[in-house]
Amino acid sequence: MKPPSYLVAILVVGFCFALRIPLEADPVSHILVQLPLLAWSGVLITPNGTGRRSEWNRGGVATLLVAFFTIIFWMLPRSIDAVLSSPTMELAKFITLPFGVGAPLAIGWARAHPLLRGIIKAEVVSMLGVLAFLYIHAPVRICNAYLVSDQHRLGYGFLFLALGLSVFWIAPLFIVHTKRAVMPTKTPATA
Amino acid sequence: MKAFLASLAVLIAGSVLFFKATDGLQALTAEGARRLAVQREAPMVSSFMLETMKGSAEPLPGAPGKAVMVEFIYTTCPTICQSAGGDMARLRDLVIAEGLGDRVRLFSVSFDPDVDDVSHLARYGELHHADGEVWTIARPTVNDLPALLKAFGVVVIKGDPDTFGGYEHNTAIHVISPTGQLSSIVDTDDFDGALEALKRTLS
Repeated sequence: MKPPSYLVAILVVGFCFALRIPLEADPVSHILVQLPLLAWSGVLITPNGTGRRSEWNRGGVATLLVAFFTIIFWMLPRSIDAVLSSPTMELAKFITLPFGVGAPLAIGWARAHPLLRGIIKAEVVSMLGVLAFLYIHAPVRICNAYLVSDQHRLGYGFLFLALGLSVFWIAPLFIVHTKRAVMPTKTPATA
Repeated sequence: MKAFLASLAVLIAGSVLFFKATDGLQALTAEGARRLAVQREAPMVSSFMLETMKGSAEPLPGAPGKAVMVEFIYTTCPTICQSAGGDMARLRDLVIAEGLGDRVRLFSVSFDPDVDDVSHLARYGELHHADGEVWTIARPTVNDLPALLKAFGVVVIKGDPDTFGGYEHNTAIHVISPTGQLSSIVDTDDFDGALEALKRTLS
């Protein structure tokens, strides 16, 4: 039996909270594991079709903008440094990532025009590329709480993520094509 | 129309938040924010007693009426602090050349007082030609260290054991006015910036 998704969300947030000290000791696991997991928990608690008819959120634009600005805030190196020295900021992170990134992203994405989705995907990949370049080559320490060598590893993390997402988003274009070719024969055993 | 208004509201609120979160787009990093805050607010620095490389006690900030320039170091540092030491010697020479030698005290303060005893401090001073007249090397007590680092906004973390080990920290020159206010923080090789900040506090 599949567990209800809110239960998974609670487990995910619990995991991020219980292991916050080891997760945050390394910027790679802090930024590329903990933050995305917290955002994902927000996706999990958003029921399908939430706000589907709202006139205020036509095309999902308003909610996607909420997610955009919340992400931008957490991309600031000083926000990440502040989390490590201020419990208030830590709490803000645990609240704003599920409710300010995950949930609005899920609501907005469901209503976004395919063209807008494509633009967002392209933006995400290119932004990760820029971050990778910046973190690998910056001549200064970007976070006071992390080492320069950690900063470099995070840069490579961004790079691999950009490459991974590119493959992940481009590969289905080919797979869907072959599936369509197979469908008319109606032989589920070969699917 | 409703969707447009909602998006516009988010756009405005988000931009305002981003503007606030970056001090008007001026500071994206914690280090940038630290320097900006000091420049704007010039906070008072409470007094700490240091032990110098000659074994004598000396307060930081120093004697009233004298400006202070402080950098933080540890003497067993293999790389960047050695160049920071060279920078500090250069700054001392520039200060003297400007005729300000008797109006400012330069400190290199160790944040590793456990290891850096007086003999370590003296050896570091000798290596970089610090004679204790204008520029001295010193250490706080182990008890005072956390409060001292906090007062200056210095964050020290353990370095990567695979490479050089030691510590990493936000290296900078901190300028304190004769009235004991932390008034400016500049890079250790920004000599013009440091001298300018010094003259501003003395005028």
